[in-house]
Amino acid sequence: MAVTALREKQSAVHTSVEAIVEVKGICKSYGNVEALRDIDLDFPRGKLTSLLGPSGCGKTTLLKIIAGLIGASAGSVTVDGKHVSGPGPERAFVFQDFALMPWATVLRNVAFGLELRGTGKTEREETARRYIAQVGLSGFEDKYPHELSGGMRQRVGLARALSVDAEVLLLDEPFSAVDEQNRRKFQEDLIRLRSKQNKTFIFVTHSIEEAVYISDRIVLLSPRPGRVSQVIEPDINRSGDPDRIHRDQHYLDTVEEIWQGLKQYVE
Amino acid sequence: MTPFGYRIPMMASLLVWCVAWEIVGRLDLVFLLPPFSDVLAAAVQLVQTSSWQDATVTTLRAFATGMALAIMCGVPLGALMGRVKIADDLLGMWVNIFSSAPLSALVPVLMILFGFGERTIIAAVFLFAVWIIVLDTRAGVRHVSPSLIEMARSYGATKPALYAKIILWAALPEILAGIRLGLIRGVKGVVIGQLLVAIVGYGALFETFSRNFRMAEFWALTIILFAFAMLIAELIERIEGKVEYYAGARQ
Repeated sequence: MAVTALREKQSAVHTSVEAIVEVKGICKSYGNVEALRDIDLDFPRGKLTSLLGPSGCGKTTLLKIIAGLIGASAGSVTVDGKHVSGPGPERAFVFQDFALMPWATVLRNVAFGLELRGTGKTEREETARRYIAQVGLSGFEDKYPHELSGGMRQRVGLARALSVDAEVLLLDEPFSAVDEQNRRKFQEDLIRLRSKQNKTFIFVTHSIEEAVYISDRIVLLSPRPGRVSQVIEPDINRSGDPDRIHRDQHYLDTVEEIWQGLKQYVE
Repeated sequence: MTPFGYRIPMMASLLVWCVAWEIVGRLDLVFLLPPFSDVLAAAVQLVQTSSWQDATVTTLRAFATGMALAIMCGVPLGALMGRVKIADDLLGMWVNIFSSAPLSALVPVLMILFGFGERTIIAAVFLFAVWIIVLDTRAGVRHVSPSLIEMARSYGATKPALYAKIILWAALPEILAGIRLGLIRGVKGVVIGQLLVAIVGYGALFETFSRNFRMAEFWALTIILFAFAMLIAELIERIEGKVEYYAGARQ
C-alpha cells in the first residue's frame, strides 16, 4: 500500500511541471548482474533532482545512461522529446574524479567543450573566463590542475559543464572527492548558482544531508537490482541564509525520514 | 658520497676509471688497450678527417630516417593495440617476440632484401627501435583514465579528436619513455647494420681500424658513439621531466 501511495505522489508530480528528461522502463544488466530494473522517472525542467541511494543501487549507471555514455539493456530516455542514443549538446556531465586534462590550463579545460564543438579560440576563451569567474576561480585561468586543490578542480569541472550552455547538467557525486569544509561551501555556491541559471540538474549522491540540502526532488533508489523506491519533495525555503537550512525543522525531519527508509539496505 | 664532509661530484667515478685505463694502458699489458691519453689524441685527430665527417653524415642520416619511421609506425600501432582488443590479440605475441629476439641475426636477411647500402641500415634502425615504442605506447594508452575518455565523449569528441586531443597526450609520458629506449636500441641497430654491411659509414671505419689494429682510433670512435647515444637519451629524458607532473595528476 506504500507503493500505491507512492505512485499517486509520483503521478501528481508529473502533471505539475513539464518534464525535460523522461526515463521509461530502463533496465541494465552486466552479464548475470542486474544493475537497474524497470526505472520510470521524469525530471521536471528547471528543478534539481537527486538520485540518492546506497552503493550498488545503480545511481551512477542511471546517470550515465541519461548522459548517453552507456547504453541501456531495455527502455528509453528522451530529452526534450528527443530520443537519446549517445551524448548530446543539451546535456553536460560533471565527473566524480573531475576528469580534467593535466596538460592543459584551467582556461583550456573550461573551454574544452566549446573547443570540441569548433567554437573559435577568442570566443570560447571569453565564454570560459566568464564561467571561471562565476565559479569563483578568477585569477587561476593559467594554472594547471595539479596546482589546484580538490575543491578548486571540481569548480573547473563545473565551469566546463556550464560553459557549453547545456539545458541539463548531470553531476556524478561531484563533491565526494572534496574535503568536508569545501563541500559545504560548494553546496552553498551551487544553491546560489542555481538561482541565477535556469537549468535542470540531475545530481547523484550517497549523502542524505547533501541531497536534502540542495534538492527540489529526491529519488530514492534501492539496491540489487536498482529500483525506484520513493520520490520525496522536500519543501524547504532556500532563498535566505544557506546556513539557516541546516537548522530548519523540515530539513531535519526529511533527513530522518529518508534515513529510516534506507536503513534496511545498510548491513 | 660525502667522505670527510666533502661531497664528491657525480662524474668523479668516471675520472677514476679514466685514470685506471691510463695506468693499464701505460703498463702495456694488452696491446688492444692503448693509454687513454692516446685515445683522446686519436679522437681529436679523427674528427678532423673527412672520412670521419662523411661517415658521421651517412650514419646520422640513416639513424634519423630509421627512427622517424619507427616513431611514425610504432606510436599508431601501439595506440591501436592499446585501444582495440582484436589488434592486441593478433599482434601482441609478435611484438613481444621481436622486442626480445636477437635481431642482429635478421640483419643479413635485410641485406638480401634491401641490398648493401643505406636502405639496409635504415631498416636495421627501424627493426631495432620500433618494438619498444609499440609496447610502451600500448601501455600508456591502456592507462589513460577512462573518465577522461568519457569526458571527451560526453562533450561530443569525434574519434580523431579523441585520439589527437586526449589519448596521445594522456599517454605522452609512456610514449616518450618508449622513444628514449627506442633511440638507444636504434644506435645499436645503426652500428650492427653498418658493421655487417661493412662498407658504409661507421661500420667501414670500425672495420678499417680493427683490421689494421689501429686501436687508439678504434676506441676513440667507440667513445664518440657512446657519447652520442647518451646525449640523445639525456635529451629525451629532459623532455620527459617536463611531463612528469602527469603521473601525480593521474593518481
